[in-house]
Amino acid sequence: MTALKVILYIVLLAFTVAAPFLFPDFRTQLATLWLMIVVSLTWDMTGGQMGYNSLGNIFFYGTGMYVAAVISIGLVYDVAEYTSAAGGGMNDFTPVQYFTGVGLGMLGAGIFCALCALILGYILFGLRGPYFAIGTLGVAIAAGELVSNWEWVGGGQGITLPVYPADLDEGKLFFYFLFAGTGVILFIFLRWLYGTRFGAAINAIRDDEEKAEAMGIHTMRYKLVTWSMAGFFVGIVGAISAFQLISFEPLESAYQTINLGIFMVVCVLLGGKGTLWGPVIGAIVFHVFKEVTWNYLLGWQWVALGALIVVTVVYFQDGIMGWLAHRKPEWFGVRVEKNDATEGADR
Amino acid sequence: MSTVIEVRNVSKSYGGVIANKDVSMDVHSGGITGLIGPNGSGKTTLFNSIVGYHPIDSGSIKFENREISKLNVPEIARLGLLRTFQQTRIYGEMNGVENMLISLPHRKMKLMESFGNNSAEDYERADHLLEFVGLYEKRFLRSGSLSFGQQKLLEFAMALMNEPTCLLLDEPTAGINPTLINGLIDRLKRANSEFGITLFIIEHNMRVIMNMADHIYCLAHGELLAEGAPDQIQNDQRVIDAYLGAH
Repeated sequence: MTALKVILYIVLLAFTVAAPFLFPDFRTQLATLWLMIVVSLTWDMTGGQMGYNSLGNIFFYGTGMYVAAVISIGLVYDVAEYTSAAGGGMNDFTPVQYFTGVGLGMLGAGIFCALCALILGYILFGLRGPYFAIGTLGVAIAAGELVSNWEWVGGGQGITLPVYPADLDEGKLFFYFLFAGTGVILFIFLRWLYGTRFGAAINAIRDDEEKAEAMGIHTMRYKLVTWSMAGFFVGIVGAISAFQLISFEPLESAYQTINLGIFMVVCVLLGGKGTLWGPVIGAIVFHVFKEVTWNYLLGWQWVALGALIVVTVVYFQDGIMGWLAHRKPEWFGVRVEKNDATEGADR
Repeated sequence: MSTVIEVRNVSKSYGGVIANKDVSMDVHSGGITGLIGPNGSGKTTLFNSIVGYHPIDSGSIKFENREISKLNVPEIARLGLLRTFQQTRIYGEMNGVENMLISLPHRKMKLMESFGNNSAEDYERADHLLEFVGLYEKRFLRSGSLSFGQQKLLEFAMALMNEPTCLLLDEPTAGINPTLINGLIDRLKRANSEFGITLFIIEHNMRVIMNMADHIYCLAHGELLAEGAPDQIQNDQRVIDAYLGAH
């Protein structure tokens, strides 16, 4: 890393920490921005870096929400009694119980979702291309329907979790830093991961899986591990969302295939598939665009969003980073180098 | 000379089409074995059967005395039996060096080792082999942007990087500029003599295969038509008939 890069990263980190204090009115929006960044980065792990376009990553988000809710409730109450009471006098949590629930809930959600990814991946990674996309979408939709008929976790009504046990503004800060912290850790993790042999192996699977198999690469192993890492982080942000939203139900907020489930794909396409910064930039542009149209184009906001998606998919498939890579290939290490090796074949 | 690949009575049919019928052949350790035959005679099918691309209907295939006809593609590749493709396959979005580094042998690589970085020796070896096939200057270009012939050379270098015991090459000179062919023949021969890799080559270019191979098998209509040293094959009336269409 050059000195310039180090300074850039320090500035970005400082801005991340300062942002909720500089813009106190936008704390929830900033927290949601970090959520978008995390789901985009994790979507890109399989979609951009490995060539497996999943439309079902929202499954981990919804499952993370439910796992975290069940864990944090189960520490204090009987889950079935709590959900059937639906908030009726049964949601007294001491601060200690609350924060223990949040911590264990996040961890449990991450681990549970990682395991889900291993099991689902074993079944679904036999599918390629559009079949994988539809297969994963099917899993997310089916999970939403199943959970909405499962009374133990509240059925279609969903779950109401306890409110943050202190000042609500402080709560907004708390959730902002949980999301941002997860995002920063994920970014650092991926920055390292894509530089290892593991990163090269999933890139090889993206470029030509049949060739990778013919070269003896353990393709299934890499696919499973990659998706379960993605599932782990999505599960964690799902858990944070559950505590942030307080009340959520299965179809519209947990397994929201048509909202967040699609947004994460659009963010990555907009920013540039298969790059480290693409999903981050895409998520920022998309989220700002969405917030602006929701405020100033009310009534037309879905039309504007739809237009953005169409334009991105049809005219701008390589995204912002892909466009840059075409214009400035030398920034991405593409160069012809003079031969300075002393030995080798005659040419 | 010991036998590396032993094919015995292998048959494979696609629906009603019999692609290989009762084919038997041996590939000897350290040699260069050729496989020729008119288009559609079942050469690539036999290659695909050997590397585990599809199950065979009957017969047996052994690699270093181990039955491999029931194993799948990556398992066979990790044993050290590698193939290149007729339609060249490289990792198009990655540059030459990355293509080489990911081709390091995965035989022994454990999952935890995959989280490590490549060593300086690995980089040196990649550079050396890229130099060997004449792609050193273009090693940081996106390999998908290389010409077909250059991609073919890159694929060959990747195969060498994998340190196979035996390499199956499906038409290595097809689509390569005639002036480059001599260079490629020389490199194939050197891979055989310097790196000790046994070669098994499908080739349509008679000048190339007669020049390189020490033993040649000829397939026609899915069956073994003839075998022998290059000069024997060249003068075999059945082989000449098969190529000129006397059937």
